[in-house]
Amino acid sequence: MHFAVLTVIAVFITCGVYLLLDRTLLRIIIGLGLLSNGVNLALLASGGLGAGAAPILGQGNATIVDPLPQALILTAIVIGFGVTALLLTLAFASYQSQLSDDLEDLHGRLDDE
Amino acid sequence: MNNLCVLPVVIPMATGVLLILTHARPALSRAIAISANILSLGVALALVETVRADGIQLLAFGNWPAPFGIVFTVDMLSALMVAVTMVVSTATLLFASVSLDDRLEKNFFYPLFQFLLMGVNGAFLTGDLFNLFVWFEVLLVSSYGLMALGSQAYQLQETFKYLVVNALSSALFLIGIALIYGATGTLNMADLVFKFPALVESGMAGVITVIFLVVFGIKGALFPLYVWLPRAYYGPPTVISGLFGGLLTKVGVYALFRTVTLFFAPTSSFVLPLLCFVAGATMLLGVLGALSQWDFKRILSYHIVSQVGYMIMGLAIYTPLALAGGIFYIIHHILVKTSLFLVAAAVEKRYGTTNLRALGGAADGSPLLATLFMFAGLALAGAPPLSGFVAKFMLLRSGLEAANYVLVAVSIVVSFLTLYSMMKIYRYAFWREETETVIVVPGEPVRTFAIASLVTLSLVLGFGGALLLPYVEIAAAQLLDPTAWGTVVLEARLR
Repeated sequence: MHFAVLTVIAVFITCGVYLLLDRTLLRIIIGLGLLSNGVNLALLASGGLGAGAAPILGQGNATIVDPLPQALILTAIVIGFGVTALLLTLAFASYQSQLSDDLEDLHGRLDDE
Repeated sequence: MNNLCVLPVVIPMATGVLLILTHARPALSRAIAISANILSLGVALALVETVRADGIQLLAFGNWPAPFGIVFTVDMLSALMVAVTMVVSTATLLFASVSLDDRLEKNFFYPLFQFLLMGVNGAFLTGDLFNLFVWFEVLLVSSYGLMALGSQAYQLQETFKYLVVNALSSALFLIGIALIYGATGTLNMADLVFKFPALVESGMAGVITVIFLVVFGIKGALFPLYVWLPRAYYGPPTVISGLFGGLLTKVGVYALFRTVTLFFAPTSSFVLPLLCFVAGATMLLGVLGALSQWDFKRILSYHIVSQVGYMIMGLAIYTPLALAGGIFYIIHHILVKTSLFLVAAAVEKRYGTTNLRALGGAADGSPLLATLFMFAGLALAGAPPLSGFVAKFMLLRSGLEAANYVLVAVSIVVSFLTLYSMMKIYRYAFWREETETVIVVPGEPVRTFAIASLVTLSLVLGFGGALLLPYVEIAAAQLLDPTAWGTVVLEARLR
């Protein structure tokens, strides 16, 4: 279980970083999405991956899962969602004004030095 | 428990929401924003006095005691940072209200400004690592909006890069948080003071330390992670650059001061020597970058990087005097850097450009502005009797006492280069013959007043350094005794 989750996290983050190094705006955004999903899984793993019941008192369960990482992930997902929406808007506005979404192509066009 | 702790966050939040509703009416928005800012400023000053009189202040939300709930922990450093934040933001807001285009003001400038303040203050006040992350996101998302305000092609492109860099550092921040939580089972900073040292043996402490240094290094623009800053800060309207230049990187520096003194320095042998090197490299490369520039705003942006090096120097030397000097430097820098950017904005308003080659003779057209720039520029370089001198004197003295001669030598050289760079701006923008394109824009007295109030504060801190000294000494003493801080926070529930 731990090894499987670790592998998934590693794959997500590796792919995310690879896409982040690309020159196309859209691929950068997808890369950040993958990266943040990998990070969210890492947060999930930080609470331990053992089996346990839902953390509700008075149900007579001996072992319950740690609810805190879930709350953290929920916050992180919401923030990630907002940031991704903002990135897409920026990329679209940038594309509209420059008619290109390739950073290599954009390089130097707007330098006024 | 003291409800005063949360007011610097609640007031901007409520005001921001209100300002969204009034965004189509700039005159009303201005009045609301400025009065709310003055109110928060009063609260922040009251907080400083409370901390001085009664020690560390706490607020546990929902009355869940630390380490189970989220707490706001206000020691002297937090209170001072909030107070200086409110001072410069009020001056900037006053300046912006008479210099921004109507179109930009209606485009949610005032709500974004208040949400930015909410994030900055939250980051200064919180005592919980994950909560710190959330406040960072609040201030960053507002800053993305402000940075792209006006939607020029250059701004959009640079905001995109700024956003990607910060999203990456936030992802690293979360990885660090996951590692800490997985290893210790807590994210409360006070609880971590006692639980973090247990990670040293497994080597986990070192990994976490490096991750957090990188995260806050990106946010605070330290060597070698500062390259995003100068281009990003060139894009937005100059008033907004002024607010960013004064405040944003300093939140990263504050986070370094907080985490390094609480967990990293007591548990690791490599943090302080590394920070020494980083401090020297940051100040030297930042100032060299500034020397090669020919634009008012770009020069000032590179100087932000260079100045951050001095603050980190205070942290790296890690004696009571050095930390007090570092904190003094942060306060001085926020005031002076913002006033320099505001001078740039006023010059731009009058002559329509910040390019030094195109500017000239501003001293003839607006002698008062030239005088203010001269004082602020000298304060930045550290000339007596201005605030920069007191701060640099404390740092140099602590450096000599700690026998850290290389860093002291570098910082003196950088001071001279800073002075050269300020003289260059003065020579090209303020001397020579006045350019013909003078644009007369109303509101000049208010703009000058906003700058003058910040420069006056710098003068007051220079002549009367002894006024602020007791406060920064308390702050440094609290930083150097993390166990006392942790005990106060954790035992609050018994009261």
